[in-house]
Amino acid sequence: MTPPEHRLLKYLRREILPSTHCPGCGCGQVLNAFVNAIDDLAIDPREIISVTGIGCSSWIPSPYLKCDTLHTTHGRAVAFATGVKVIRPESHVVVIAGDGDLAAIGGNHLIHAARRNIGLAVFLVNNYIYGMTGGQVSPTTPFGTVTTTTPYSNAEYPLKIAELVATAGANYVARWTTYHIRKLIGSMKKALQKKGFSLIEIVSQCPVSYGRRVGLRDGVAFMQYFKENSVGRKKAASMSEGELEGKIVVGKLIERDRVEFSESLRRINEGVKSEG
Amino acid sequence: MIVIDARYCKACGICVYFCPKHALEVSKQVNSRGFYTPYVVDASKCTNCHQCELFCPDFAVFIVEEEEGADG
Amino acid sequence: MQTDKARRYLSGLSGKVRFALGDEAAAYGALFAGCTFFGGYPITPASEVAETMARELPHVDGFYVQFEDEIGSIAAVIGAARAGAKAMTATSGPGFSLMQENIGYAIMTETPCVVVNVQRSGPSTGQATKPAQGDVLQARWGTHGDHEMIALAPNSVQECFDLMIECFNLSERYRHPVVFLMDGEIGHLRERLILPDLADLQLFPRGGFDPADEPGLIKPVQEYGKGQAVHITGSTHREDGMRDVVSQDVHERLITRFYDKIDRNRKNIVRYEERFMGDAETVAVCFGAASRPTLGAVVRARDAGLKVGYFRLATIWPFCGERLAAVGKQVKKILVPEMNLGQLAREVERFVNVPVIRVSKIGGVPHSVDEIHRAIVQETP
Repeated sequence: MTPPEHRLLKYLRREILPSTHCPGCGCGQVLNAFVNAIDDLAIDPREIISVTGIGCSSWIPSPYLKCDTLHTTHGRAVAFATGVKVIRPESHVVVIAGDGDLAAIGGNHLIHAARRNIGLAVFLVNNYIYGMTGGQVSPTTPFGTVTTTTPYSNAEYPLKIAELVATAGANYVARWTTYHIRKLIGSMKKALQKKGFSLIEIVSQCPVSYGRRVGLRDGVAFMQYFKENSVGRKKAASMSEGELEGKIVVGKLIERDRVEFSESLRRINEGVKSEG
Repeated sequence: MIVIDARYCKACGICVYFCPKHALEVSKQVNSRGFYTPYVVDASKCTNCHQCELFCPDFAVFIVEEEEGADG
Repeated sequence: MQTDKARRYLSGLSGKVRFALGDEAAAYGALFAGCTFFGGYPITPASEVAETMARELPHVDGFYVQFEDEIGSIAAVIGAARAGAKAMTATSGPGFSLMQENIGYAIMTETPCVVVNVQRSGPSTGQATKPAQGDVLQARWGTHGDHEMIALAPNSVQECFDLMIECFNLSERYRHPVVFLMDGEIGHLRERLILPDLADLQLFPRGGFDPADEPGLIKPVQEYGKGQAVHITGSTHREDGMRDVVSQDVHERLITRFYDKIDRNRKNIVRYEERFMGDAETVAVCFGAASRPTLGAVVRARDAGLKVGYFRLATIWPFCGERLAAVGKQVKKILVPEMNLGQLAREVERFVNVPVIRVSKIGGVPHSVDEIHRAIVQETP
């Protein structure tokens, strides 16, 4: 009798598992959530094009997810993905990359893609650090943290990237942590089905290049930390900025129904046709 | 039924942490990569909640629901 | 590949004689070549390319998208190309500098696309509104690592159209980004432009092969949406597209093949124009804007009995070293008039043993016929 196998392995390039992600890394949990979302929605993987940047989070679908993939340059995945989506609007174009990639070097592309409302599902995996390169400070690292490039103290304040993207004009923005796995799957399903620009900021753990330097030595410690420090959006609305210091606000931040960019372009083209 | 695929396990301990019935524990067995993999302490404790499966970063643990007497 | 709507529209433009800017002609060349995606950013003196594309692309079921910067532009162009479109951008020096990383990505992923650089005075902001030819070596070496490059340079408005078609054809044929090295002088020049019949054009299809190319160097194009789980990456990769950054031989094989697919097929790519070479003892080697007064100077010198030849490059890269080496054995001196401090001259020097005289002029004012004629007279015994 053949041994049973994980029902979601069919979506993966199983011959190269296990992944090169560290033990306890949140990246694997994001991948798990994503294949659950695809499976729940019965999306044919042939309809997915995953576009990634540079960093551990960009290695989530590339090469483990068995679908068309475009693994691009640092910070630019959203711009590459915009070109893909305009030409292939029928595909689910999904961008998966980290906080350094999407919020630092790629911040401008992210903001304008949200403003443009191009139909991408962007999963921004925020682990508060540049993990792949060994633990340098990132735009989301908390104030005062010691990292390899802030060896005394981080003198910068962290960016609330999900809120920024919500203000820029995205049709759907939510934030969850890898602790909130079922909610995350739900948000991913929403992002895959929603027209327009969707962003999910996924707060995730990097035990090796970040956690063990701030007292969170493994994945389990982070699960505990996320559980204790998350605050639902509604509750957060009644808290002061001071009370929210160090808290992770989770939930849906915004939802809109503006026309998606590649659809707007096609409507314009149709209009030009009728003018002869 | 909890199935553990030791090939993929990295001994992160997350499945053990999340099982609400404490049906999983770290074993004294190592896999080919030197990781101490989990084992099912008491299969009767499992309620098919799928927590272990959903939280595992490496597809190393999953649930196979038995045909007969499966929970609703 | 072009839709019926596109073919009808372009056929309606055919045969008409226009009085057009070089920038506009380049845009029409792209449209006739089947371009359906332009991702760009405004910059003098290339903005007219963008504006023309923005106006015309909807007529051919194409899309103009203006990005937040040039890096986003070239990224989207490559994304659109990978998704199946013929795609391009147009910029000048500062934007061209920004695009270098992703041009390397297009090389590494063998993605066809066209990058127009309407050169202006640099470095940096320089003389933003003045023409120059100072990006010659950058076009070849701007992106890091070992790589080849294909770059064409028009010297008339009609060539802006004709050679743009060549750019798209070459980019498809060699699965490679192609740089269109225009300059602000040609880009903002108005001349006659004749738009041909679509039926008279030969457009290289996506994924096609030309039997004249050496076999084994050019691979099939990986296309999305065919259920093959195509994996494209800028990292070193194996034949199946999967990343392998560890094996020395995988990298060596990959990069050498990228080099060879251009280098070993250069005879199929290089284009140049030669005049009066039969008895030439001196030759003026030139391209783009500088070639116009150079021709005038050569003709004037010949009228006075001087044995001067005229050699104009239409492809800058790959460089026509073999032909120039032969020329170098025939003549006693080579003059290189160019609107930079001697970038093409450096390449010429690599292939010849005769003196190479720089007739450089920078500052945004093109050479006059007089200036080049004086140099020819001075250098020709």
